Amino acid sequence: MEALYAITLGVLVASGVYLLLRARIFPVVLGLTLISYAVNLFLFAMGRLVTGAPAVIGKSTEFADPLPQALVLTAIVIGFAMTAFVLVLALRGMGELRSDHVDGQEPRQ
Amino acid sequence: MNHAIILPILLPLFAGALLMLLHRSGKSFKRALSLLATLALIPVTAWLVLLAGDGELRVYALGDWRPPFGIILLLDRLSALMVLLTAVLAGFAALYASAGEDERAPNFHALFQFQLAGINGAFLTGDLFNLFVFFEILLIASYGLLVYGNGAARARAGMHYVVLNLLGSSFFLIGVGTLYGLLGTLNMADMAARVASADSQTAPLVAAAGFLLLVVFGLKAAILPLYFWLPRTYAAASAPVAALFAIMTKVGLYAILRVFTLVFGSEAGELAFYAHDWLWWLALLTLAAGAIGALAARSLQEMISYLLVISVGSLLAVFALGSRASLGAGLYYLVHSTLVCGGLFLLADLLGRQRGELAGALQVGPMLRQPMLLGGLFFFGALAVAGLPPLSGFLGKLLMLRSAGTGATALEFWPLLLIAGLASIVTLSRAGNRLFWRNNGQAAEGPLADPLRLAATAGLLLASVVLVIVAQPLQAYLDAAAAQLLDLAPYLRIVEGGEA
Repeated sequence: MEALYAITLGVLVASGVYLLLRARIFPVVLGLTLISYAVNLFLFAMGRLVTGAPAVIGKSTEFADPLPQALVLTAIVIGFAMTAFVLVLALRGMGELRSDHVDGQEPRQ
Repeated sequence: MNHAIILPILLPLFAGALLMLLHRSGKSFKRALSLLATLALIPVTAWLVLLAGDGELRVYALGDWRPPFGIILLLDRLSALMVLLTAVLAGFAALYASAGEDERAPNFHALFQFQLAGINGAFLTGDLFNLFVFFEILLIASYGLLVYGNGAARARAGMHYVVLNLLGSSFFLIGVGTLYGLLGTLNMADMAARVASADSQTAPLVAAAGFLLLVVFGLKAAILPLYFWLPRTYAAASAPVAALFAIMTKVGLYAILRVFTLVFGSEAGELAFYAHDWLWWLALLTLAAGAIGALAARSLQEMISYLLVISVGSLLAVFALGSRASLGAGLYYLVHSTLVCGGLFLLADLLGRQRGELAGALQVGPMLRQPMLLGGLFFFGALAVAGLPPLSGFLGKLLMLRSAGTGATALEFWPLLLIAGLASIVTLSRAGNRLFWRNNGQAAEGPLADPLRLAATAGLLLASVVLVIVAQPLQAYLDAAAAQLLDLAPYLRIVEGGEA
C-alpha cells in the first residue's frame, strides 16, 4: 500500500510542478491545487497507513493517530481559501493587465 | 495562567471581526476603532516585556490542555520583545493610514488588524503547526493589504507574492508533517527533547525536514535565492502597508532563530546547530546581493527594500554565529532596522506625493514644496539606516562587528558588512542629490505634507534616537534574551512539568 500511495503522491506533485511551470494563471492555479492535494495526502500518511483502525481509543485493539487527520482538515480549509483568493486575484489581473501570463505581460519571442 | 499572554492575538482579532461586521459604518468610526485597538496593544505588550523581564518562561496552555497534548503560547524575553516591536510599528503605520490612505479600501482596517493578529500569533506560539496557521493568517491578510487599491504594478507583484507563498505553505506542511511522523509531536520544546534522542536512522530525515522549514522561513525572511519577490512587492505596496511589512521579514528571521536554536539547538545531539554553516554563507551572499541591488535601484521604495535585504543578511549572519554576544547585538539591530525602514517607507510616500507623476522614481523632478523639512527627515533617516554615528544603526553595527570576534569569521563578515554600509551611503546620497539638490524647474503639484502623516513618519525615524538613549537598559534586556535562548534547560522542562 505504501508504494502505491507514494507513487500517487509523486505523480500528483510531478503534474503540479509541470503545470506550475507553464506560467499561465489557470494552469498555475491547477498546479497549486494538485500540489496541495498531494501535501494533504502526505500529512495524512504521517499518521502511518493502516486499515480498519478507527481514531478512537477502546473500540479496537489498534487505533489510528487522530492528530494528522485534524491537521489535514485545517490544511484543506486553508488551502481552499487560498485557492479561492488566487482565482479572484487572477480575474482581477486579467481585467487590469489583459494577459493571463503570471508576469502580467506576454514573454518576448 | 496569565491571560495577558493571549491578548496580543485576541485584541486585533476581535477588533478586526468587529470592523468587518460594522463595515458599513463611517470611516472616522472605523479609524478610531482600529487606532484604539492598535494603540492598546502597546501598553499590553509593554507589560508582557516587563513580565518576561524576570527571565521566567511563561506558558499559556490553550483550552488548559497540558503540553505536549495541547497547543501552547510561549512568552519569553524574545517573543515579548517582538510583539512590543510589532505594536509600536503598527501604531505608527495605522496613524499614517488614517490620514487618508485607508479610504481606498473599505476593509483596510479590518485586514490590518487580522495581519497584526497573525504576526503576534507567530511570535507567541510554541507549536509548530500553530505557527503554520498564524503564518497563513498573516499571509492572507497581507495579500489583501498588498493588492487593495488599483494599479497594474500591484496586481502583477501580488500574483508573484501569492503564488510563491502558496508554494511555501506546501513546503511548510511537508516539513511539519515529516517532523510529526518522525518525532510524534508538534510542540517545539517537546520536539527539542525528541530530536536529542533521535537515532542515526531518523536523524537524516529530521535534518531534511528542518531544511524544508529553512526554505519556508528563508522565503519569508528574504534570504538570497528567495528574496527576488521582495523589492517588487514592497515597492508596489502602499506606504503604511510597506511599513508594516518591514516586520514581516523579521517574522521569518524569528522563526529561523526559534527553530534552529530550540529544536536544533545545543541539546539536539548530532543535529545541534547543523544548519548554521549554511545560514552563515547564505547570509553573507544575501548581504552582498542586497548591496548590489541598493546601488542599482531605480526608485526610492525599491532602494529601501534592498536596504531591508541588507539588514536581513546582516541579522542572519550574526544569528548564524550563534553566540550570546552576537544574538544580543543582532536583536538590537533588528529593532533598529525594523523601525527605521518602516519610517523610510512612510517618508518615501511623503516625498512621492509632492513629485506628481514621478512619485518615488530616482530622477530629477519638480521642486519639492517642503525641501528643508523632508530633506532633513531624509538626511536623518539615511544616517540611521546606513549606520553612521550618533544614531542607533551605528551602535547596532558596532555591536555586531564586535561580536564576530577576531578569527576567520571576522575576516569574512567585517568587509561585507562595511562594504554594504558604504553601498548604502553611496546610493542614499545619490538619491538625496536627485531628490533635493536638483530640480527640473517645474513647480511642485502635490499637497503639503499634513501633520498626521509627518508625525507618524518622524515618530518612526526618531525611534532611532530613542534606541540610542535607552541603549544600556535595552542592551541588558537583549543580552538576557540571548542568554535565555541559548540555555535550553528551562524550555525542555515545559513539557515534563506542565507548569501553566
